[in-house]
Amino acid sequence: MRRTADAVVIGGGVIGAAVAYNLLKLGMRDVVLCEKATFCNGSTGRCGAGVREQWGSEGNCLLAKASIDMFEVLADELNYPHDLEFKQKGYLMLAHTEKEWAQFQKNVGLQNSLGIGSRLCTPEEAREIVPALNTDGMLGATFNARDGHANPFHVTRAYLTTAERLGGDINYFTEVAGIEVAGGKVKAAVTSKGVIETPIVINAAGPWAKPVAEMVGVTLPLFTQRHQILVTEPVGWLLDPMIMSFSIGIYCQQTPHGSLIMGIGDPHEPKGYDIGHSWEFLRDMSRIITRLLPALKDVRVVRQWSGLYTVTPDAHPILGGVPGVDGYLQAVGFSGHGFMLAPAVGRIIAEMAFGRETFLDVRNLDAGRFERGEYNVEPSVV
Amino acid sequence: MSRTDDDIIVCRCEDVTLGEIRRAISEGATTMDEIRRITRAGMGPCQGRTCRQLIASELARKTGKPVAEVMPSTIRPPMKPVAMGSLAKIGEEDEE
Repeated sequence: MRRTADAVVIGGGVIGAAVAYNLLKLGMRDVVLCEKATFCNGSTGRCGAGVREQWGSEGNCLLAKASIDMFEVLADELNYPHDLEFKQKGYLMLAHTEKEWAQFQKNVGLQNSLGIGSRLCTPEEAREIVPALNTDGMLGATFNARDGHANPFHVTRAYLTTAERLGGDINYFTEVAGIEVAGGKVKAAVTSKGVIETPIVINAAGPWAKPVAEMVGVTLPLFTQRHQILVTEPVGWLLDPMIMSFSIGIYCQQTPHGSLIMGIGDPHEPKGYDIGHSWEFLRDMSRIITRLLPALKDVRVVRQWSGLYTVTPDAHPILGGVPGVDGYLQAVGFSGHGFMLAPAVGRIIAEMAFGRETFLDVRNLDAGRFERGEYNVEPSVV
Repeated sequence: MSRTDDDIIVCRCEDVTLGEIRRAISEGATTMDEIRRITRAGMGPCQGRTCRQLIASELARKTGKPVAEVMPSTIRPPMKPVAMGSLAKIGEEDEE
């Protein structure tokens, strides 16, 4: 491992990987990434693998739209030997309550005004998109064909291996224990394998972002929360898009591999670092999904697991620096949708590290927005 | 090692060959989890019952560690594939 660097990135998930790659792409030479386990060990490798532009806030819509533009060309750009399994078969958002249907109409208006091609569907039109769908009790849906899926392991590894090829130093099983700051400036990262002198440290530590921020005296308004998920055996084609319902609190998608991946957002889940799994989840998930997609009755579950959402008060990430600690940048608090925002965030954080104007204006996603009271809660999360 | 060795299917559920396992190791994988994430070996219906030991031995051989020191992958429930229709009925008899 190098002892001096131009920047040290903390975290080997998709955000850290995308940041490291973009720093090198912009011409930084000595980029060191430290990951306490191995790639995709935190939230990225446990996520639902969906990518969507259909958000309820301008900030999330623009970050997601720019990211999908980048996902479309990522395989060529990174020249990676494995398939990234990027597919664009859409997201179908189901509305079962009047409140939800009203929100969806508002969301589609906002999305269309930002150049996102989502549209409202009747239950009949939804069934044309997903013939296996039970539309009983459904008021309508929204659909956006550009949304879809990508493989989180391979996307992350594609960024990491390309970063290595560009001269980056990627270190697994290397934990950052402290960040040295003097005179209001970052001086070094203290790791389990030695000290690295550096003027820039980037916190992309996912669920551990809060303890990392504390190393420079920053208190982040983040909490972590378990989300459970399962995958079935691969089966023949059943459905194209991701199906998602906010009032029921579920999502379900068939991956290009043929397996179906699905999860529940449980509002009663306690905060914390528990990533155990429960049989109640298997039961509840199965009950809900076999009502929506009766054909899944005969499909077998092969594996269940869970991962952590790292949640901010408004379900938008916290991006950028903090006053008083020159050289410290953070890309944290993705609230369950970090994977799909990673391409754009990687570029934005790299641009910030170079002191450049960012290609998307994210000044309103700084850490200070909560104290100023300048934030709006994203309504469309599971 | 011969070409034919590389063609041996190690993970029968996901059709992963010994050659693919070796490539993942040569590209830097040092743990079972990394190999699983790169190749899908062990992610199929049997959840690694067949391939787990074979991959651990290969990893031990290539990294020069005893098999016991190879970091194992997490074993996750359900232990056998279960149909969602059956899972949906858990507890129903008791409640009737």
